Amino acid sequence: MISLHVNGKVYQVDVSKDTPLLWVLRDNLNLKGTKYSCGIGECGSCTVHIDGKAVRSCTISVGEVQRKKITTIEGLPESHPVKKAWIKEQVVQCGYCQPGVIMQVAALVSQKPSLNADQIIGKMDDVICRCGTYPRIKKGIKTAIQMSKKEVKKS
Amino acid sequence: MTTSMTRRSFLKGSLAAAGLTIGVSVTPFGHRLLDASEMDSFSPNAFFKITPDNKVAIFVGNAEMGQGVLTALSMIVAEELEADWSRVTVKQAPAADPFKNPIIGGQVTVASASVRGFYDALRKAGAAGRAMLIKAAAETWKVPEDECNTSMSKVKHAKSSRTLTYGQLSLKAAKLEVPKDPPLKKEEEFRYLGKPMPRVDVPEKVAGKAIYGLDVTLKDLHYAVIARPPAYGAKPLSFDQKAAEQVSGVHKVVQIPEGIAVCAKSLDAALKGRDALKVNWDKGVLPDMNNDYIEKSMLEDLNKPMASAVNTGDAKKAIGEAAKKVEANYFVPFVAHTTMEPMNCTAYVTDDRCDVWAPTQAATGALMLASKASGLPPQKVNANTTFLGCGLGRRAKPDFVVEAVTISKAVGKPVKLMWTREEDVKYDYFRAAGSHRIEAGLDNQGRLIAWSHKLVSPSIAKHINPMQLKDGVDWFCVWGIADRPESYAWNNRIQYEIPNLSVEFLMSSLPIPCGVWRSVQNGPNAFVIESFIDELAHAAGKDPLEFRLQNLKNNMRARRVLETVAEKAGWGKAIPKGEGRGIAQHACFGTWTAQVAELSVNKKDGTIKVHRVVAAVDCGPVVNPDPLVAQIEGGIINSLSTVLKEEVKFANGGVKSANFDDYPMIRMSEVPEIEVHIVKSTEKIGGIGELGVPAAAPAIANAFFNATGVRIRRIPLTPKIVMDALKKV
Repeated sequence: MISLHVNGKVYQVDVSKDTPLLWVLRDNLNLKGTKYSCGIGECGSCTVHIDGKAVRSCTISVGEVQRKKITTIEGLPESHPVKKAWIKEQVVQCGYCQPGVIMQVAALVSQKPSLNADQIIGKMDDVICRCGTYPRIKKGIKTAIQMSKKEVKKS
Repeated sequence: MTTSMTRRSFLKGSLAAAGLTIGVSVTPFGHRLLDASEMDSFSPNAFFKITPDNKVAIFVGNAEMGQGVLTALSMIVAEELEADWSRVTVKQAPAADPFKNPIIGGQVTVASASVRGFYDALRKAGAAGRAMLIKAAAETWKVPEDECNTSMSKVKHAKSSRTLTYGQLSLKAAKLEVPKDPPLKKEEEFRYLGKPMPRVDVPEKVAGKAIYGLDVTLKDLHYAVIARPPAYGAKPLSFDQKAAEQVSGVHKVVQIPEGIAVCAKSLDAALKGRDALKVNWDKGVLPDMNNDYIEKSMLEDLNKPMASAVNTGDAKKAIGEAAKKVEANYFVPFVAHTTMEPMNCTAYVTDDRCDVWAPTQAATGALMLASKASGLPPQKVNANTTFLGCGLGRRAKPDFVVEAVTISKAVGKPVKLMWTREEDVKYDYFRAAGSHRIEAGLDNQGRLIAWSHKLVSPSIAKHINPMQLKDGVDWFCVWGIADRPESYAWNNRIQYEIPNLSVEFLMSSLPIPCGVWRSVQNGPNAFVIESFIDELAHAAGKDPLEFRLQNLKNNMRARRVLETVAEKAGWGKAIPKGEGRGIAQHACFGTWTAQVAELSVNKKDGTIKVHRVVAAVDCGPVVNPDPLVAQIEGGIINSLSTVLKEEVKFANGGVKSANFDDYPMIRMSEVPEIEVHIVKSTEKIGGIGELGVPAAAPAIANAFFNATGVRIRRIPLTPKIVMDALKKV
C-alpha cells in the first residue's frame, strides 16, 4: 500500500512503488485534470505541485512522493489568480496542456523572492502548447501577477 | 456549461421533451426547416430546445478542439432566436445525421467549415423559432404579430405592456407550423454576432474538469496498448505472449491487423505487458528508406510523366517565348501533428450494442467504422465525441476508433485504448512531403504570363477520402495550387491572374501514410508558391508587394488584405540593419489572408529570431472575434514551427522520430509579437481555423531572403541549413 497526500486528503493505493505518479492520480484517484502527453518530462502537461514546487508527474514514481504534499489542478482554488487570469484572458484553446501550464505558472507566481512577468515567461520554454496559445499565456501571466498583487494588498 | 449525452438519449430526449424544438434538414442544394413532428422521418441538421423553465439548450455536432465551435455555432442560433445567453446551455451532440455539415456531407470538423457550413442554416433555425414564439404570443394576446417584438428570451407587446417568456410560450409555439422563410435580423441589430463572447468551454478547461478522450471512465474499464511494427509493412515473426500474460494485471493479448494488443486492468500493467512481448518483426516493405532516400526518390519522380490538374493556355510555349524565365525546385518535408492529447479511444462492444467515446473530428466516420469493426448495424452504435486535446486534422482519421472497437470485441470488456507519445509520432498520418518544380515566364514589363508547376507527393486522399483522388490527381495534395473545378467556392487555388497555367501531379509510391494537417496542403504549397513569387518579383526588379498587386489586378479581396497588412506592418519603411521583412498572401476555405514577418538572422550560428508577424484576414462576416484572432495566432505559430524546426526523421524503413525530445517544435521564447487585423467585409462567410497557417511560412522565408540575400528552397530553416546556405554565397 502506498500512502499519498493529495489536495489535502490522504489516499491509500494498492500499486507498485515504481508506478508513475501520473497514472495513479488519473486512474486510481480519478483526478483526470493532470494530463499525459509525452511521458518523458518534455512538455509539462502533467505538472503538479509537490511541496509547492512544479514537478512533472509522468517521470516521478509514487514511491518517491509518499510523504509529500501533492497539489493537482483540482486542488488549486477556483479563486487562484492564475485560474482567474486564464479565464479573463481566454488563454485556452483545446485546453489539454493548460492544467500543466497553470500549475507551472502558479508555482512561479508564488515563488519567493518574487519574479516579474518577463522572468516567469523566461521559465516557460519547457512547456509545449500545440494550439499555439503562447501569446495568451504571456498575457495570462501578466494578468495573474496583477491579480495576485491586488490580493496581497487586500489581505 | 457543456455536457455530452448518448445518441440514443439525445434523439429520444430532444424529441420527447415538452417544448419547442426546431430542426433543419440540409441537402447539398439548400436547407429546409422541420417541425418536431417531422423529426423522426427527416434529418434535421441542428437543434435547439426551449423548455417551459425558459432555458435554451443548443446542440452542436462539431468537435471542439479549441477553435471555439461550441460557442460560435450557439451564438448564431441564439442571435436569431433572440435568446438570453445566460439561459443557454450548449451540449455536445453525438454522431447523428442531423449534424452532417451541409458543405461536406458528413459530421466531420475539418476544412475550416463549421461556421461557414452552418451559418445560414442556423440563422434560419433560430429565426424560425423566434417567429413561432411571436406568433404564439400574438395569438395568446389576440394582437397583430407585428406589434410584438422579442428580446432576451421574451416576447413583448409594447402597447399593452405585456410580456411572456419563451418558456411560457414554448408549448404553444411547439404546435405551430414552422415558417419556411423566416425573416432574419439585420447586421446592425446583432446582439451577439461580431462581439467578443467568452467561450463556453473555457471555465471547465481551466478548472481541469473538461473530459477529453483519455479522461473517459467506465465501470470495469480495461486499458489497452498496442505493440506496432517498427518499419512500414513489417509483420511479427514471433512474440512472447505467455510472458506478457504473466505480468500482474494483464487480462489478454490479442493480435489485430495493426499489431499485438495487450489489455490489462491498469495502464501500467498494459505497458509492462507490452514490454514483455519482445516482438521480433521482419524488415518491412522498404527497409532502406530514410530521409535521404525519400528526398532523392521524390526529386527523381519530378522527371516522370504526370497527371494534369489544370491546363489553361499553353504554359510551355509561353515560358519558351517569355522575356524572362525563372525556374526552381522546392522541397517540403513530412511534418507530424503531435496533438498534445495522443490518439485514444474508449469502446465497449457487447452482443447487441457498441458504445464509443472518442476525441475525433470525424463523428460520422467513427460511427460507420465502429459499426464495421463491431459487426453491428449503425443504429446499434453510439459514437460520442469528447473534447479534443487538439485536432490539427490528425483526428479526421478515426483509425484509433477501429482499434479500440476491435480490441473490446475480442476481449469482451470496456477498453480504453491509449497510444503513447512515441506511437502518436511514429504512426501518424503525416502532413505530406512535397517535391516541386516550377517554371515561370515574365513579359518585358515584368508581368507574370506563364506558370508550370509539377508536384510529387504521397497520397493523402487514399487515407482520408478517396473521392478526392481522380484521374491520377490527389486534390488534397494540390490544394493551394489548384482545386477541383466543382469546388470553386472553397478557393484553394493560386490567386494570381496567370493566362498560361499548368499544374501537374504525380503520386509518390513511398509507403508513408499521409493525412490532413491544419490547412491541408495549402500550408506547404503556399510556402512554395509565395516563395517563388518573391523570386519572380526579384527577377522582375520589383518590390514584392508591388509585384503581387500587379498580378492580382481583379482580385479585390487579395488586394485588400495585402494593402491592409502592408499599411499595418509599415511595409517599405526602413528596418534595422541585419533584419529582414517579408510578405505573402494566400486564400483558401473561402477566406483571404496576407502576412508580413520581420526577423533577424544570427550569421555566426544560423539561428533565426522572428520578431513580429502582422496578419490581415478577410473572412466575410465575423461571428466571435476573439477566438478568431486566437485561431490566426495559433496557425501562425504552427506555421513558424514548421518553417524553422519541424521535420519527421525516418530510418530503416520506418519512423525514427519518437517524442518531443527528437521532434523539435517552437517554444515560448521563440514566439514573435503577433498582430491580427480583421478586414471589415460583407462578402460570403469563409473559414478561420486553418487560415493562420499558409501565409506565415512564406512571409518568414521571404523575410529571411530580405535579411540575407539567400533563398532557401527547403524547410525547415534549421541553423545547419542556414549556415550551409550562407557559406555558399
